Amino acid sequence: MAGIIGEILRGLSTTLHMAATKPVTIQYPEVKRPVRPRFKGRHHLMRYDNGMEKCIGCSLCSAACPADAIFVEAAENTDEERYSPGERYARVYEINMLRCIFCGYCEDACPTEAIVLGDNYELSFTDRRSSIYAKEMLLVPVDEGGKPTPQKVEPGIYTRSIPVMQDPKD
Amino acid sequence: MTTMQEFEFPLMDGTLDGMTHLVSERAIEGDTVLLNMGPQHPSTHGVLRLLLELDGETVITCIPDVGFLHTGVEKNMEAKTYIKAEVMSDRLDYLNNLGNNLVYCLAIEKLTGLDVPVRAQAIRVILVELQRISSHLVWLGTHALDLAAMSVFLYCFREREIILDIFEMVSGQRMMTTYIRPGGLWRDVPDEFEQAVRQFLEAFPERIDQYESLLTKNPLFLQRTKGLGVMTQEDALRWGVTGPMLRASGLAHDLRIAQPYSGYEQYDFDIPTHTDGDTYARYVVRMEEMRQSIKIVQQALDKLPYGPVRSNNRKYVPPPRSELSTSMEAVIHHFKLWTEGFTPPKGSVYVGVESPRGELGVYLESDGGPKPYRIHWRTPSFMNLQTLPMLAKGNLVADLVALIGTADIVLGDVDR
Repeated sequence: MAGIIGEILRGLSTTLHMAATKPVTIQYPEVKRPVRPRFKGRHHLMRYDNGMEKCIGCSLCSAACPADAIFVEAAENTDEERYSPGERYARVYEINMLRCIFCGYCEDACPTEAIVLGDNYELSFTDRRSSIYAKEMLLVPVDEGGKPTPQKVEPGIYTRSIPVMQDPKD
Repeated sequence: MTTMQEFEFPLMDGTLDGMTHLVSERAIEGDTVLLNMGPQHPSTHGVLRLLLELDGETVITCIPDVGFLHTGVEKNMEAKTYIKAEVMSDRLDYLNNLGNNLVYCLAIEKLTGLDVPVRAQAIRVILVELQRISSHLVWLGTHALDLAAMSVFLYCFREREIILDIFEMVSGQRMMTTYIRPGGLWRDVPDEFEQAVRQFLEAFPERIDQYESLLTKNPLFLQRTKGLGVMTQEDALRWGVTGPMLRASGLAHDLRIAQPYSGYEQYDFDIPTHTDGDTYARYVVRMEEMRQSIKIVQQALDKLPYGPVRSNNRKYVPPPRSELSTSMEAVIHHFKLWTEGFTPPKGSVYVGVESPRGELGVYLESDGGPKPYRIHWRTPSFMNLQTLPMLAKGNLVADLVALIGTADIVLGDVDR
């Protein structure tokens, strides 16, 4: 009998000890846990420093997507109306966030580092239609010193689609 | 051909006609009561339906009805290329995502003869052992919660959070990692990985002692688990039971030792066993397994070699990003692999690994095309769940909750 009570008291001392320690929980949504650099959240379509879009409309992200969540329709660039380097740009770029499983295959597949997965994980919609993120929602704003697309450029400069890239570091 | 309407679902029509062979004579006479436990029952750990025949509180027959979480993963994988199908393996056993990735990649590597760098193998072992600990923590927390020990659950999930944070650090996802890829890993681990794992290893043994102080000698826990659901070694083998359930029945069978993979033969660890074969024995075995996992992670981390983490075989593994702007071949391989995928030679392979629940196997059949011709998953939860009717017979309904907990089933794994 004494052993039984002793064991219960031993467990109780653990719980009491724990009750005195600092809680590990955080008060979401008032307090948010910072995510890791590699976190796979909502996508962004990136731009070059001069404001040109990185996406060249090759549809490789769409082909690599295991959930068939991405739809891309490409159109031809001209030097009068240039969206991206090279021949083509994405006229339509849509991601269905209800289908997306955030595996990051699109980011791996993208040959120009145009699509990257960001930090935002708070995605909610009130209807299915608003779960489809269009190009305007995904494209990041133009940096300071850059110009919005389409740009009017001199012919013969932007002939290369694939930029020089580094292996991912983080 | 039988249409859906004509086909009789013996457990669904609400009458006894279709299942007289499953229940006892007394149920037909109306002596005993038939009771549905689940599919919406918190202690069935998912959507498991148990049809119970009860005499008072005693279980006469227990008929598990599985399939509520069937998602057709095996069939879906046949419709995707090998690379794309891997994301579905995460979603089978959602407490052992990296283990599922591992067995799938091992099968592809065996089929194609792909080499895996040693650093990738060591990181795989570290992550899979961490995953084993996190899976056992969920098992321990929910099992104790079912037996009315609530605080254990809170502590277990606190430690699991640290492991999931490590997974987020390496793969960007807490659960659906897809980090282990055919021919190695997605990327090398970040610099802070080693320190994070070491911190966890330092703190964790003390935490196991805390859980044990709440349960191991607790008289209430002992009364609920000792002598309950005894499975003999013979029965366990007969039912195809593997993992901690088999080891608690006395047989030291562990695929990490029996058929080492990913360099497990380099590490020194024990296989915990117990001879009682009851619910308490299974608890003891799993607790000891967590300690052994720490030992393995410690060794793997201490001699973690430097080097590449993915194979250089461009026919199967996409080239590094830096090559895309300089090499035409790299661009061609990159586009080819992400659209059409790779085509392994014809043939079939079976690879099994030791998951936290037992032998997790994948059978892969290739017809030489870019998509698997057939994939079959040998999931340990399904095999272990089979023994539930045998173990439940003659026990109380309240003990059934402990028996489901001790089988450590994941319904995503059972139904796949």
